[in-house]
Amino acid sequence: MLTRLLSGDTPRSGLLTVLLLIVLISLAFAPFLFPGTKSLETAARICIFIVLVASYDLLLGYSGIVSFAHTMFFGIGAYGTALALNAAGPSYWSLIWGTAAGAVIAAAFALAIGLFSLRVKAIFFAMVTLAVASAFAVLVSQMSWLTGGEDGLNYKIPRELTPAFKLVKEKVFGVRINGKLLAYYLVFFASAILFLVMLRIVNSPFGRTLKAVRDNAFRAEAIGYRVVWYRTTATVLSAIMAALAGSLLAIWLRYTGPATTLSMEIMIDILLMVVIGGMGTLYGAVLGATLFILAQTYLQNLMGVAADATSAVPFVSTLVAPERWLLWLGVLFILSVYFFPSGIVGRLRSGRA
Amino acid sequence: MSDTAIKPRIEKVPFKDQFFQKLPVLLVPFLAVAGLAAIGNPASWLTLTVAGLAMGMMIFIMASGLTVVFGLMDVINFGHGAFVAVGAFVGFTVLAWLAGWTASPSVMLNLAAVLIAILAAMLVTGLLGYAFERVIVMPVYGEHLKQILVTMGGLIVAQQMIYVVWGPDELHISRPEAFQGSLVIGEAAIEKYRLVAVVIGLALFIGMRHILKKTKVGLLVRAGVENGEMVEALGYRIRRLFLIVFMTGSALAGLGGVMWGLYQETITAHMGSEIMVLVFIVVIIGGLGSVEGCFIGALLVGLLANYTAFLAPKVALISTIALMVVILMWRPQGLYPVVKAK
Repeated sequence: MLTRLLSGDTPRSGLLTVLLLIVLISLAFAPFLFPGTKSLETAARICIFIVLVASYDLLLGYSGIVSFAHTMFFGIGAYGTALALNAAGPSYWSLIWGTAAGAVIAAAFALAIGLFSLRVKAIFFAMVTLAVASAFAVLVSQMSWLTGGEDGLNYKIPRELTPAFKLVKEKVFGVRINGKLLAYYLVFFASAILFLVMLRIVNSPFGRTLKAVRDNAFRAEAIGYRVVWYRTTATVLSAIMAALAGSLLAIWLRYTGPATTLSMEIMIDILLMVVIGGMGTLYGAVLGATLFILAQTYLQNLMGVAADATSAVPFVSTLVAPERWLLWLGVLFILSVYFFPSGIVGRLRSGRA
Repeated sequence: MSDTAIKPRIEKVPFKDQFFQKLPVLLVPFLAVAGLAAIGNPASWLTLTVAGLAMGMMIFIMASGLTVVFGLMDVINFGHGAFVAVGAFVGFTVLAWLAGWTASPSVMLNLAAVLIAILAAMLVTGLLGYAFERVIVMPVYGEHLKQILVTMGGLIVAQQMIYVVWGPDELHISRPEAFQGSLVIGEAAIEKYRLVAVVIGLALFIGMRHILKKTKVGLLVRAGVENGEMVEALGYRIRRLFLIVFMTGSALAGLGGVMWGLYQETITAHMGSEIMVLVFIVVIIGGLGSVEGCFIGALLVGLLANYTAFLAPKVALISTIALMVVILMWRPQGLYPVVKAK
């Protein structure tokens, strides 16, 4: 049953299984295990980014396509939901059709870009997506009458998902059962389902063909698979997943703006998460996203301590200043591309053998 | 073997084919005329055209290195923007040291200060290019996916290092006295600095063409673009050649960075990745690996960006994307594809 749920793709490593279970249990009981607003925010962010990073891995790890437009799809999903809630009021209907519209538009964009530029080299696609994504980000911040510009959109979501809604009067295990908690579990279960769907996709015959195309496109074409079709479909699927993750973010934050969805920084974060976690395996996305966001939230405090400790040494203290944490992740990123391209998960799996 | 020399037969390309081959050259004047028709007022058209040409030249300076590197070694450097930013920061630091020279009204002192700043920037970015090639790019030759990832990582690290060295704030500097103000021709005001940028860009383009077409190094580079293995088989060390080209490209990015910085008068650590978008569009339009295509592409992008910024400011960046789409529909490999799609 469990193997079926995981589509036959079990972690295949004791330590990895333990780590994944820790992540799963921590996320599933986050509101009770780690009470407090900040930790709940972090947990929800981890859920959403697991989906986003896994969908990127569908492209990068499974299809060997480098895209820099993933935040664009993420943003389309988020703005779809946000605009629908903003325009039609906080009902479930507008939430659903906004989400669906976001996914459809993202798919259409991905199809257009894919048909247009996947025929040629990988590098070409990377450059085209980079250009298109940055143009899109500029466009969104310019069209302030629709998108709120740089300030973004604040909107209401259905009342049952807000802190004002009380499900149970008393506290359960010292935690208020309110709409915020419901919203968290909506995010959690939606993320879990999307993740399992992606696991299903990559372990289907389609997913296996994708890997074949990645490893040797020429041979795959010769055997009779339409390489362009497979690559484009992978792009579209990954765009839809990214858009759905964006919708979850829009529901969770009740705010959508360029900085939280479209910025280049997020694109780089996703790239780092995929590579550090492990390309070509969706479990890598889980570990990568979790570690990265924990580092983003808590490592900076640690580095602040380090910076204080070394404040006497002028250059070193700026190197370990909390704002410079991306520097170290960048170094880690380069090293991991060289020395363990299969990331943490690849390491754990090969350690078992 | 008989001694009769076989005369090589060179087929004449018919005029029609030649015309179609060279057709992209006409795009620039065509766009300029279309711009005149759309804008109407010749004075503002002249101002915008000069501004567009200047912008195009600066983008060309930054993009040319990237495209030659790609043509020669099939390496695309997503960290190219870092060189632009580092060049700008080094140049600004030097100019700040020479504040006495830049503030004086003497044209010679101004020029000397700018020259020293440019040379320092090119030196630093050239050396940085050396380190980048050896440490970051060399281990991943021939693996596109890893190249993109690793050079992107290099960009992140380089940007963060700029923060470490120069601090998180943006830098301001005003142009040297001689480059401030405008020339007024009729009703059109043309900024002096833009003319300087056009002159430098043109000189660079002519110089590059000369080196590529007339010198031995240029011959080797062109041969390497065409067929690297054959050049190696003939006994030339293409890796070393490539290293030189990579360093030159990085130094040019540094030069472009200084010029762009002086143009904007404000620089940030992120300027590199912002400009890279335009640079990539130009490289794609021109055809990967082609210097001529890159030049034409840069001019087209510069002109179009300035015209649309005047006519419809909101769609300025979109217009360059639209240009890219149109060009790619016409010639899917860019204007002058040098590297055959692999």
